[in-house]
Amino acid sequence: MSDFSALREAMPEIVDGLWLTLAMWLAASALGLVLGLAIALARRFGPVWVDRPLWAVVGVIRGTPFLVQIFLLYYGGPFIGLELDPTPAGLGGLALYGAAYFSEILRGGLLAIPPGHVEAGMCIGLSRLQIVRRIMLPEMTLLVLPASVNMFVVLLKETAVLSIITVPELTMAVTGFGSANFAFSQAALVLAIVYWTLTELTGGLGRLLERRLDRFKLA
Amino acid sequence: MSDTLAITLRGVVKRYGSNTVLRGIDLDIRHGEVTCLIGPSGSGKSTLLRCMAFLEEHDAGLIRVAGDPLGFDAARNRLPQTEIARVRRNIGMVFQQFNLWPHMTALGNVAEGLRQVLRLPKRQAQERAMAHLTRVGLADRASYYPSQLSGGQQQRVAIARALAMDPKIVLFDEPTSSLDPELTGEVLNVMRSLADDGMTMVVVTHEIGFAAHVAQHLVFLDEGQVALEGRAGDVFAQPWHPRLRQFLETYLDRGASVLLG
Repeated sequence: MSDFSALREAMPEIVDGLWLTLAMWLAASALGLVLGLAIALARRFGPVWVDRPLWAVVGVIRGTPFLVQIFLLYYGGPFIGLELDPTPAGLGGLALYGAAYFSEILRGGLLAIPPGHVEAGMCIGLSRLQIVRRIMLPEMTLLVLPASVNMFVVLLKETAVLSIITVPELTMAVTGFGSANFAFSQAALVLAIVYWTLTELTGGLGRLLERRLDRFKLA
Repeated sequence: MSDTLAITLRGVVKRYGSNTVLRGIDLDIRHGEVTCLIGPSGSGKSTLLRCMAFLEEHDAGLIRVAGDPLGFDAARNRLPQTEIARVRRNIGMVFQQFNLWPHMTALGNVAEGLRQVLRLPKRQAQERAMAHLTRVGLADRASYYPSQLSGGQQQRVAIARALAMDPKIVLFDEPTSSLDPELTGEVLNVMRSLADDGMTMVVVTHEIGFAAHVAQHLVFLDEGQVALEGRAGDVFAQPWHPRLRQFLETYLDRGASVLLG
């Protein structure tokens, strides 16, 4: 019985944590997607001196653990005058992490567009900008959908890492409750179930969307 | 004089690295004629056609479309992008792979240039697009997406898309080569009716029958050079040309092997 009263006491904190997790996830996904698109377009259409540094930054982010990146940003930031509260640091870190991966996914999508589709646009008389906007971006979106859904799921799971810099998100709240009540494994089990439910929902939505867009597939 | 010529090529050279694909092509495409480019694979016929749309940039020589230099002027200065686009507006292109945009309906594909380039109001663009779909016999497929159409239907939509921009010349790059044999007829029929209407057409094709019956002007390319050209009847009446004879015999062999099958 005492377990339940403790749980009831901790419940507001856990619910707040869940909301914060969802908010961080969606905000970081959106920011990451926008920044990733900008990087992909800059690397695809920009000059070499833009492409090279972006290639390096993306490589570093993709080649190091998110845990290490978030440590560097939060604890190392102050050494270069970047003092951030846990939540903004976590959001910024997660968005950058997502942007690096999204940029590669989207760049791959741009490269997978059949060159003939672009040539057809040129022959019709579309401008470069029109070709990007009317042909390349829509076709890219279709091509990258499965990989993007996968990336959204990854970002959701990586929000748990933010507990390490004391962002009061779901993992932080639930493990806090677990250690206060000596219920570590129960807490971990609850976390697993919540994250898994959310990722399954995301995957299901993605599959639904893919089916809806099936008629647009390359013939 | 040049206004009677749709396209002129003088000394056109195209290289890919050390590989010279076109070795100085001189060619006149006359208004109102169907010109067929034939030749063995690797002879440069598709490259030549793509040069006429500036999809490939020629390395030397001069190409004029309706009298205006395409891509480079006579002094080999590269022309500005807007000028390239303006000259290219004379040309419609039909590709081997159709290259319809998969996220647009058949009507959307045909209307795209009318909306985005000619800036027609939506209704007017759709009406004109519909007229062109009707012309290729696909009015009832207007709302279909490319993935829902057969290859022959897709290619007919692609022809309607090219015609919608009202080009002076339509270039066809092996328009039936990626179609199942039973679907080539519908595409060739559309092309034949276009030719009957007096459209200027340049066609890279392996359909020797189409070349023999529809083309007024036949060009036989071999190893990046014009080996033989002239009135279609005259060219086919010259089987003494060793390379042409060899080329035509491979067709006869193929036909014979089917018969003996």
